[in-house]
Amino acid sequence: MQKYLLAILVDNKPGVLTHVSGLISRRAFNIESISAGYTEEPEVTRINIVVSVESDRELDQVVTQLSKLIDVIKIVNLTKLPSIARELVLIKIKAGKESRADIKNIVEIFRAKIVDISPENVVVELTGQQSKIDGFIDMFADYEIIEIARTGAIALSRGPVPVKEM
Amino acid sequence: MNGAQAVLESLKKEGVEVVFGYPGGAVLTLYDAVYKMKFPHILTRHEQGAVHAADGYARATGKVGVVFATSGPGATNLITGISTASMDSVPLVCITGQVANPYIGKDSFQEADVCGITTPITKHNYLVKKAKDLPRVLKEAFFIARTGRPGPVVIDVAKDVFDTEIDYKYPEKVSLKGYSGEYEGDEAEVDAVVRAIQKAKKPLIFTGGGVNTSDTAQELREIVQRLGVPVTTTLLGIGTYPADGEGFLGMAGMHGSYGSNMAIQECDLLLCIGMRFSDRVTGKVAAFAPHAKIVHFELDAAEVNKNVEADLRVLGDLRWSLPLLRDKLSKAADDFRSRFAPWLEQAVARAKEKPFGYLEEGELIKPGALISKISSLMPRDTIAVTDVGQHQMWAAQFFNVYEPRHFLTSGGQGTMGYGLPAALGAKLGKPDSPVVLFTGDGSIMMNCQEFATIADNDIDLKVVILHNSILGMVAQWQRLFYSHHYSQSELKGKTDFVKLSEAMGVKGYRLTKKEELETVLPKLLSEKGPMLIDVMVPEDEDVLPMVPGGKRLDQMVLGGKD
Repeated sequence: MQKYLLAILVDNKPGVLTHVSGLISRRAFNIESISAGYTEEPEVTRINIVVSVESDRELDQVVTQLSKLIDVIKIVNLTKLPSIARELVLIKIKAGKESRADIKNIVEIFRAKIVDISPENVVVELTGQQSKIDGFIDMFADYEIIEIARTGAIALSRGPVPVKEM
Repeated sequence: MNGAQAVLESLKKEGVEVVFGYPGGAVLTLYDAVYKMKFPHILTRHEQGAVHAADGYARATGKVGVVFATSGPGATNLITGISTASMDSVPLVCITGQVANPYIGKDSFQEADVCGITTPITKHNYLVKKAKDLPRVLKEAFFIARTGRPGPVVIDVAKDVFDTEIDYKYPEKVSLKGYSGEYEGDEAEVDAVVRAIQKAKKPLIFTGGGVNTSDTAQELREIVQRLGVPVTTTLLGIGTYPADGEGFLGMAGMHGSYGSNMAIQECDLLLCIGMRFSDRVTGKVAAFAPHAKIVHFELDAAEVNKNVEADLRVLGDLRWSLPLLRDKLSKAADDFRSRFAPWLEQAVARAKEKPFGYLEEGELIKPGALISKISSLMPRDTIAVTDVGQHQMWAAQFFNVYEPRHFLTSGGQGTMGYGLPAALGAKLGKPDSPVVLFTGDGSIMMNCQEFATIADNDIDLKVVILHNSILGMVAQWQRLFYSHHYSQSELKGKTDFVKLSEAMGVKGYRLTKKEELETVLPKLLSEKGPMLIDVMVPEDEDVLPMVPGGKRLDQMVLGGKD
């Protein structure tokens, strides 16, 4: 299985995200993550999707099937281009007085941030590539993680050309 | 004008001649506009009937079929028909009522999430909450339904939108960022096909429903004429090439002809045109056309390499690619016909050796004999419609179809109950063509209420029931793969189909003896007006040949005259 990051530009209309995610799941492809947000053009939404597929042929199927949706304007496979991918994670960790200093150390090494604190827990925030986030989470194996929220990857290609002009 | 009138005005501008539908609470204003504007409308007896009728109309004419239904159950009764149209790329616009804006999302009376439900089975859908959006949405819906790879579009309209007054102006152009509806491809791909044909020794043309849909049968026929190669079709490709055309081998696939399936397995170049390699056509995919370079002419990029990997593809509308191929072949300095003559002769001889057949034993009329007889009695321009099951395959095997859009059947979805409403829709669309429906005693019951629609509108079609008192195709599989356990497939009930149709106003007749094929049948078929002919056939007749699931096309179970 190989992972691919696709940038999908769609009409900013209700239900489009459902159309995209529904099509992928009913065609039996595997979504690793999906996120959607506004873009520089108010009528266009960008959906960032990570799919895991068996082969190039299956990836082609994902792209061509999605292209059939009337609301889909453009699909670009960012995996094939030099690009910057990031995801965001928020982690709530059980932290009393005795463990707070250690946690703060880890957070500094990863250039993460403590964004909330209470007598019993901290919430840390990290942005980065998936592998960095995985590594960061691993570091808290000895602590009690209360909960994690991850966004899944978003990405932009390097250089001045936007996806809509590719 | 109000939203309802705007809908009808838009339909007029799109050239819609007739709407199929069923009224209800959420579309009362729409139906009031139908009344006031005297808009041609056929009231079916079930919404499923309406959508299949629109489908039959669309397949027979090439125009967009239009359906009205009310909200909730009215809309959900369309689902089977929408799905049927979607699988077979049939252009439909379905206008459904939704509860009024203030009631949406409250689980209100007769509310259903129609857009949510129909998303996987439509080409596109809309929920219209503002009346001012209606003209644009209607314009887009017809454009989307009929261009590119055609398909069904659903427009779900909130009840109060029909009542709202708007300044009506129908847009002249459609502006969709992600959809152009135009598909001209790369000429180099056609050149590559010409080179492949020049290198081939045993090329075979395999045509599908796309040739019917794109009205390119004429170009196809000219290409075949130039090349002198054998031709086979998918189920939906029937009619793209004439049944008596040179080199025609019959339908291919699970119940395809020996000649076709063997030719596919032997050919060295398979020109697949507007088809999608359904599992009913390929048999064991890994062993499909093992010696052939596969060329796929296809409009929908997602169909290329989906089921079968193509060696060459020509991506684009057949209305672009087939004339181009024809012209390039006519200019090519190659005497294709004499070069391919030995292969054509061999393929045709093999097909003649083992044609579709049946054994003439027993007292009852054999399905093959019945359909062959009707085929010989009906005019050449007859439109044959089928339901789904054994009779469908026998019709595909034994009814000679000569023209495109003259064999209408639910292929992809295999929808029992499709036939009767689709046949009435076809007859309305093509009033000058004789229409015959082949159905079974299982299928006919699934939408038999439409006899009433046929009678009330005096729609002249002949309904032929192949009555074997069993769900024939189910029973065939139970016979072959489930030790003759006829679990819930026997229909030895008390229903009298002659009385059933007569109760709804359609004349009914029953044939039980072989000699009636000669004595009674010709008279019945020459009579005018709607008619049911209930023909008693043996219950244990198999559809043969048959490629059992997962087997290669050349591992057919033969039978019949062999």
